[in-house]
Amino acid sequence: MNGRDRLRRTLLYVPGNMPGMLQNIPVFEADGVMIDLEDAVPLAEKDAARVLARNYLRLLPDREKEIFVRINALDTKYALGDLREVLPAKPDGIRLPKADTRDVVEKLDTILTEAEEKLGLPIGWFTIIPSIESAVGVLNCVEVAQASSRIVALAFGAEDYTASMEIHRTKEGTELFNARTRIVWAAKAAGLQAIDSIFADVNDMDGLRRETELVKGLGFTGKSLVNPRQIPVVHEVFRPKKEEIDDALEVMEAIQRARQMGTGVISLRGKMVDAPVVKRAARILRTAKAFGLVDYELSDEVIHGKE
Amino acid sequence: MARNSLGREIPANWKGVDYEPYIDPWSRMPAVQRSTRPLERRTPWDSKLLGSLHEAIEKCGLESGMTISTHHHLRNGDRLLNLVIQECDAMGIRDLCVASSSVHPVNAEIIPQIRNGTVTRCETGVNGLIGELVSKGELDFPIVVRSHGGRARSIVAGDVTVDVAFLAAPCCDETGNLNGVQGPSACGSLGYAYTDARYARKVVAVTDNLVPYPASPVSISQSDVDWVVKIDSLGDPQKIVSTTTRVTRDPAGLLIARYASEVIEAAGLLRDGFSFQTGAGGTSLAVAENVRNRMRELKIKGSFGCGGITGYFVDMLEEGLFHTLFDVQCFDLKAVQSLGRTLMHREISADLYANPFNRGCVVNRLDCVILGATEVDVNFNVNVNTESNGLLLHNTGGHCDTAAGAKLAVVVAPSIRGRLPIIREEVTTITTPGETVDVIVTERGIAVADKHAELKKELVKRRLPVKGIRELHEEITKLTGVPRPVEFEDEVVALIEYRDGSIIDVVRKVKEG
Repeated sequence: MNGRDRLRRTLLYVPGNMPGMLQNIPVFEADGVMIDLEDAVPLAEKDAARVLARNYLRLLPDREKEIFVRINALDTKYALGDLREVLPAKPDGIRLPKADTRDVVEKLDTILTEAEEKLGLPIGWFTIIPSIESAVGVLNCVEVAQASSRIVALAFGAEDYTASMEIHRTKEGTELFNARTRIVWAAKAAGLQAIDSIFADVNDMDGLRRETELVKGLGFTGKSLVNPRQIPVVHEVFRPKKEEIDDALEVMEAIQRARQMGTGVISLRGKMVDAPVVKRAARILRTAKAFGLVDYELSDEVIHGKE
Repeated sequence: MARNSLGREIPANWKGVDYEPYIDPWSRMPAVQRSTRPLERRTPWDSKLLGSLHEAIEKCGLESGMTISTHHHLRNGDRLLNLVIQECDAMGIRDLCVASSSVHPVNAEIIPQIRNGTVTRCETGVNGLIGELVSKGELDFPIVVRSHGGRARSIVAGDVTVDVAFLAAPCCDETGNLNGVQGPSACGSLGYAYTDARYARKVVAVTDNLVPYPASPVSISQSDVDWVVKIDSLGDPQKIVSTTTRVTRDPAGLLIARYASEVIEAAGLLRDGFSFQTGAGGTSLAVAENVRNRMRELKIKGSFGCGGITGYFVDMLEEGLFHTLFDVQCFDLKAVQSLGRTLMHREISADLYANPFNRGCVVNRLDCVILGATEVDVNFNVNVNTESNGLLLHNTGGHCDTAAGAKLAVVVAPSIRGRLPIIREEVTTITTPGETVDVIVTERGIAVADKHAELKKELVKRRLPVKGIRELHEEITKLTGVPRPVEFEDEVVALIEYRDGSIIDVVRKVKEG
């Protein structure tokens, strides 16, 4: 499942120029990993990082987690080289920094399509996570979110965003509120997941927890991370509560009864269960399953009904 | 040469002494009496106070060929062993045997005395340079490596007779009452020294803090001590308890710790009465922290923590998570302070802690111990004595004692160190036999011994990364490759004694390459 429903609570950055950290990718329990060729890699090591990332991906054909590559921005001289090197090793997707406009995403989409043709992969194989990280990007994010069917999630890059706004990022994050809200709107409107920015202070777990609770409340479905130690904290915040799980199981049971009766709507304790309710329940159960809290097999037919 | 039950070739006689090959962890029990020491009468007007180590050596009748001991509670801050041996050298005494409870890197100062024949044999494991040079054949110094329990056993059973024990006494009066919790060289528990105090033919208390009678509390009493010597300084206080014991920040270490604590819980051990031991390493402490949090959440009242005690265990005692701490050795200042002040923080001897032949030691009551390793192999055998380069660099500590005693012995280790795989087809040296090891936890997966099918099932149910030990081995060597084996010569430079006195392995001279 590479689609928009896949669990992406935690997307961990791993510097592409550090073999010691690359080899630990299977070890950490992030839902996904983003091998970074951009900000974490000094200019002198750009080429080496690409090759390392490619070789690493080749070494690991059976992946249990999604692996994205964060390439350099498309307007830099590195981006095309990055793609040329890593795409043949089949990462699951590309995290696109500075996705300021629809054009940028469309350009990447075209490159990916060409690569898929060349590599004999089905069209649409590579996914995209555009990263909104400037004032322009925030203004355009509604269009960006809809620029390609490859997009599975919309990400927020707060460090670059605050720089572009010429403001400081605080731990309270009031200065990010508007941007975050707009990005969540854009994501939800396009049927995408929303991935919040990194939390840079790797020793402040309470701060990370507070920020994660905040963005979860806004509608974000996951966070980008800079250190594996942050994974359990974020997972804990996204861990569904027992009542939520019980409720979701009831919803699934009810909708199954409804489908058997040939309808897509049913009443459960006086409340209507229909498609959006079922979708939310399915998301909770998928998350709960990742925590080992339930052992429930989700079937598309139950969630969406037969065509 | 005979093969022991683990397939290691063991000499039947080494340097003139007969040894038995290891068979299994449980059955050996020679029919012998407890060792003893002569009675001594002291009158009210006798003084034990002597002016120097020189005088003490003379008074004790220490001669060439005899055996001396010290304890290692001052760890890398210890000066006493070096002073004693240097003094013996100056007095022309030769061919001594060192039967201290351990030898630390700081004791490399005695290398000149090893070379000139002042000391020629070592009835204890060593840490650091001496072991390295012995492994390379650059020092002729036969070593018998023992665990804490095994050392106590060897002395109590009379396998090793200490002629003169020099006991560093951080606080001592003129009759020899002494403790480790007061004074500039305070080190806390004197657990390893109890056996020496009780069984050595002569006991000399050496102190840099002579207090008016009575020194109190009394750890080792005047009825065991023959002579008292005051010297300027027992060691470097900075290095006695300076090891900063803190939880690791390494993400892989933290992951290992989390897995380990989940294993403890899955094994059903986290209930009232839980007893627990960990070391002072960063990963072990992270396990302790996880366990502490879970005990709090589940409102569990544990029974005891034991072994080397850290501030973490002190906090758990004070919080009511443990009823008692059994302390053989303090690892940090907080532990030292607690031992001096808290009734339920008990100082215990290495004998009570781990001697297999004493009608039942404390480790037998352990629910769980967290252990480290330099290597483990596909049969769960563990090495802590040598590194993958074949050099004898570490003493055993309580490793094989606690593994044998505890219901659940969990080894935590990173899967790769430097570029070397930690899970091997065969460990370089067997310290602890696989049949006493229950679970091996690495950041890449958890291997459970076959005898624990239920635990394995429970871990799988909890979605922990359970893997076969061979599967784990292959996964790791796929990344690292298989290192070229270290080559050894035939010459045996050290014996690894199991806690029951049988020989579980030997260390051979590393071939120069």
